[in-house]
Amino acid sequence: MKLLHKFACLFVLLPAIALAEGDDITWNDTLKSQFFAGKTIEESDAIIDLEVPHRAEDPAIVPVRVSSKIPQTKDKYIKKIWVFVDKNPFPLVGEFEFFPESGKADLAMRIRVNTYSNIRAIAETNDGKLTMTKKFVKASGGCSAPIGADLDEAMKRLGKVKFRLDDQIKAGEPAQAQLMISHPNITGMQMDQMTRFVRKSHFIDQLKVTFNDKPVLNAKIDIAISADPNFRLYFVPDKAGELKAEFSDISCESPIKRDVCDKGKSYSQQYSVTP
Amino acid sequence: MRFVFIFFGLVASFVCHAMTPLSVSEVAPGIYLHLSEHHWPDRDNHGEIANIGFIVGDRCVAVIDSGGSPQQGIALRNAIKQTTAKPVCYVINTHVHPDHIYGNGAFKGTDVRFVGHHKLERAMATRAPHYLSKADETLDIRVTADNIIPPDLQVKDTMTINLGNRELVLTAHASAHTDNDLSVYDKNTETMWLADLLFLEHIPVIDGSLKGWLSELAKLEKNHYRLVIPGHGPLVKDWPAALQPEKAYLTHLADEIRAAIKQGKTLEYAVEHVGLAAKQQWQLFEQFHRKNVTIAFAELEWED
Repeated sequence: MKLLHKFACLFVLLPAIALAEGDDITWNDTLKSQFFAGKTIEESDAIIDLEVPHRAEDPAIVPVRVSSKIPQTKDKYIKKIWVFVDKNPFPLVGEFEFFPESGKADLAMRIRVNTYSNIRAIAETNDGKLTMTKKFVKASGGCSAPIGADLDEAMKRLGKVKFRLDDQIKAGEPAQAQLMISHPNITGMQMDQMTRFVRKSHFIDQLKVTFNDKPVLNAKIDIAISADPNFRLYFVPDKAGELKAEFSDISCESPIKRDVCDKGKSYSQQYSVTP
Repeated sequence: MRFVFIFFGLVASFVCHAMTPLSVSEVAPGIYLHLSEHHWPDRDNHGEIANIGFIVGDRCVAVIDSGGSPQQGIALRNAIKQTTAKPVCYVINTHVHPDHIYGNGAFKGTDVRFVGHHKLERAMATRAPHYLSKADETLDIRVTADNIIPPDLQVKDTMTINLGNRELVLTAHASAHTDNDLSVYDKNTETMWLADLLFLEHIPVIDGSLKGWLSELAKLEKNHYRLVIPGHGPLVKDWPAALQPEKAYLTHLADEIRAAIKQGKTLEYAVEHVGLAAKQQWQLFEQFHRKNVTIAFAELEWED
């Protein structure tokens, strides 16, 4: 009887354990068909790796990193990487387009995670194949969390851009650049009707990075990107030139729909690179 | 029959809990303080983890932070009733965090004014939806927007309120622990109620600005206070000596993070390496330190 009882408990508990380790419900029911209808996606770590902290220290600033396992060559390269946080109110973190000129399809960024969720990255290589990898992260409240700790400071420096590059850059080899954009990236979820402070979402939606006018990264991003968007990416400085970031922001009526939005401003900043 | 007993037991325990006054002690003439132990807010302590209390004047009483749950607010109200017949005229919220404001509802009344930093109302509006949505699950308490009462008296720089032969000087600080920190100075006893601008034993928690906090501390350090009341930690009689651990923690954090940024280190690296030497000196280090590093890093990488 006791043994049976134990088994019964175990049986009841199993789904709960499975849930605690992240489920694929949102992915299977919605995201897959919404973004990859009719396509085959192989689940493997062969093309890209995804690094996330198992427990997010600050759900509004969760560092994630996608690293590629193949070099970007003219013949074979990663064309695009999608990143999703399944359980976020707006799951798409971004669509990131890479090029042979990117050198390496690696990308680190900081994101908001609203609740315990799988984070997944799907890479499309230039032969059209899709490969997916996923990780589970424990976090809570990243999207409804306050707009940064100090909103007034954030608004004052909105649009400011910083580049940081490694000291030793070798001509013709992939070099890492950190791109920092000052923007509160307001989700539109931080507020309610309690007071007069209701504020719509206001976030960077398009980002384009070029080196000497050749594309390095094209990104379509959304509210899951943390305030003060911060990216580490690669480019190949074959000779001296200009690394340039162009981006624009947008404001949408609903935090979870993109049908009614107002285009915001465009920004551009460049940085001289000498290998 | 058994169920009836259980039912009455539950009712009795609820009533008892509601009736029991909060334990407070008079730390200076007319200043009553409930000192809390250091805990992570959870379903057992219901978020009742901050130092809270009240100051009694000749005319009326000022509550300073109302508690971490509606129940604690009621218990504080009962403690006041037991102490004095004078009415509550002010409820001062030192900042937006739930352990300091969730008892507000217990003091609602026509003659009571709620007082806070001029940015407190905005902070309440931006954070309340998140706080409220988590309260049931994480603290096992029932709260709604009604429990969060924005200040009707807002302090921009400083403001003096009078409780009857007792003046309290309220100071709205620049962004530090949060962007809405308010301190309360009692002239009669030279007592400074710093609330969460000062942590002892409990690791300081950054939710505003590390740089701002350090510069507020530099100013406060120069002042003379006979008594200082921290938001978390024991009563302070040796100001500014008691400030030094917090100041050292925040200073080292800033120094190490600046060095890491200068060396081109990433946020991920800083979170794993910065400030770990302080671990033995603070309670709840594991719960808050890495978050402090994260917030401070995001702030300091924009400073130049």
